[in-house]
Amino acid sequence: MDLLYKIFLDPFVQMGAAPDLLLQTLWEGLVGGVLYALIALGFVLIFKASGVFNFAQGIMVVFAGLTLVGLFGVISGLGNVNEHVAAFAALGLTVGVMFVLAVGIERLVLRPLVNQPDIILFMATFGLTYVLIGVGELIFGGEPKVMITGELFLPRGSTDWEVFGGFVSFQHIDLAAAIIASLMVAGLAVFFSKTRIGRALRAVADSHKAALSVGISLEQIWVIVWFASGLVALVTGIMWAARSDVSFALQIIALRALPVLILGGFTSIPGAIVGGLIIGVGEKLGEFYWGPLLGGGIESWLAYFIALVFLLFRPQGLFGEKIIERV
Amino acid sequence: MSAKRRPPGEVLLKVENISLSFGGVRALSDISFEIRRHEVFSIIGPNGAGKSSMLNCINGFYHPQGGSITYKGRTRRQMRPHEVASQGIARTFQNIALFRGMSTLDNIMTGRSLKMRAGLLAQAIRFGPALKEELEHREFCERIIDFLEIESIRKVPVGRLPYGLQKRVELGRALAAEPELLLLDEPMAGMNLEEKRDMCRFILDVNDEFGTTICMIEHDMGVVMDISDRVVVLDYGRKIGEGQPEEVRSNQAVIDAYLGVQH
Ligand SMILES: Nc1ncnc2c1ncn2[C@@H]1O[C@H](COP(=O)(O)OP(=O)(O)OP(=O)(O)O)[C@@H](O)[C@H]1O
Ligand SMILES: [Mg+2]
Repeated sequence: MDLLYKIFLDPFVQMGAAPDLLLQTLWEGLVGGVLYALIALGFVLIFKASGVFNFAQGIMVVFAGLTLVGLFGVISGLGNVNEHVAAFAALGLTVGVMFVLAVGIERLVLRPLVNQPDIILFMATFGLTYVLIGVGELIFGGEPKVMITGELFLPRGSTDWEVFGGFVSFQHIDLAAAIIASLMVAGLAVFFSKTRIGRALRAVADSHKAALSVGISLEQIWVIVWFASGLVALVTGIMWAARSDVSFALQIIALRALPVLILGGFTSIPGAIVGGLIIGVGEKLGEFYWGPLLGGGIESWLAYFIALVFLLFRPQGLFGEKIIERV
Repeated sequence: MSAKRRPPGEVLLKVENISLSFGGVRALSDISFEIRRHEVFSIIGPNGAGKSSMLNCINGFYHPQGGSITYKGRTRRQMRPHEVASQGIARTFQNIALFRGMSTLDNIMTGRSLKMRAGLLAQAIRFGPALKEELEHREFCERIIDFLEIESIRKVPVGRLPYGLQKRVELGRALAAEPELLLLDEPMAGMNLEEKRDMCRFILDVNDEFGTTICMIEHDMGVVMDISDRVVVLDYGRKIGEGQPEEVRSNQAVIDAYLGVQH
């Protein structure tokens, strides 16, 4: 009885007793969720266009972050450069690097493997992961780096909001992350829904041969989606590293996106966004209100648990249509 | 059957000694034929004869091991799909290949992919000329929709449409590219009599009004004999007959092939 009470009632009593804490938890969950959504979005773009689960998405986040910090170091080392100018020059150059990376992946990995089974391409992204780790360590060294947040005008500090007799504290960097991520998602959404390229991407996602027959170039679409997910990786890298630092350990955040994908589906952009937010909020609530019951350590599996429970009730995922196998 | 047709012009597509095998299966052996401008040309033959493989070679999906294809005067060993499309060849598929999540209109709009020129950024922000271009293409597609009498399903995701209408949308997508050569793989398969009659009418109208050259695979002999200018017959990957419908109909090898594999 006591245990049931602790699991099913007590957490809600606590939520009601201290609504400011609840709000704080929800907010932190949303911020985490935004970042999950970004990572998942990187996966979804590539999966939609090429049917490949890109294992390298996590390392791309690290690689983008390291490149940014590394280039900033080089540019500041040139002499008397204003740190903000150097930071934005490095940002521009990193975008260029991500483009070159996308072209390189298309030429060297995707094009030679076209028409191979998906599993081969999946394995190829493993290879890509280790190549990027190797190249990254060679160029930037293995030790963690500090993200150039101040130089990029990303805010520090926090604002308190007095409410319910307590207060909720908003880290400015979290606010910035939420705003930038929303802008990025909105930009991508417009790009992929309003342009010819967007229509072409949806076409490629539906049928390769039909897309080819109307003259859509798969190569071009692949470069575009890998570049787009490279940009998403860059933004994710900056935002995530702003709270800790850039290191190769960060690549495991790719695994954090898996439950989001289970929930939102591998091909749905809204699924990635809403799924990311649900997992982010669910995780924080679970950690804060149920975590102590289970003695901590629940953040490593809670996201999967949430996704699985959700699927029990909605097997088609968030936005998927019911799949009825044709027999 | 059709009133006045344009007389066939110069050779548009010439297939020479095409051979294609998959492992041990010889899908095509030494196939040659010519298609002239403005013709309605049909490829017939029993199941597994290699008809679809032939279209796939022309379209660049399959790469024949031997032979060459000359299109508009340029000879190639292998065609490439993107290049083929930009040279004015459009096609439909035996097992419909539509973009199932998209509406009828969007499917047909993809047919104009190669005709759109505005830059990406301009499109994204719907900048003047880009918007104008999009509207022009849209208008063109609406005309195709009128022509194919599918106004009522403009906005419907094609995955929800019945089979006969999907075939029609697929034809619309191919027409949107304003092709010079239209490859149709069994455009009337699985249709009822009325749907077949409509489809025949559309094909002949396209051929009449725009002078589009048609290369069609079809099993319905009545249709083939009615609307084709010339017919080539394949069986087990070999060409066993070629000529005008009457000639082919009285060709003994063709009769044997069809009696052997009764339809
Ligand atoms: N991609 C492929 N891989 C292996 N074998 C193939 C492939 N495509 C076609 N074939 C084989 O080539 C032969 C010719 O097939 P094709 O599809 O061209 O016949 P078809 O004349 O279009 O027949 P149908 O009337 O049934 O559509 C068949 O034996 C088929 O199994
Ligand atoms: Mg066939």
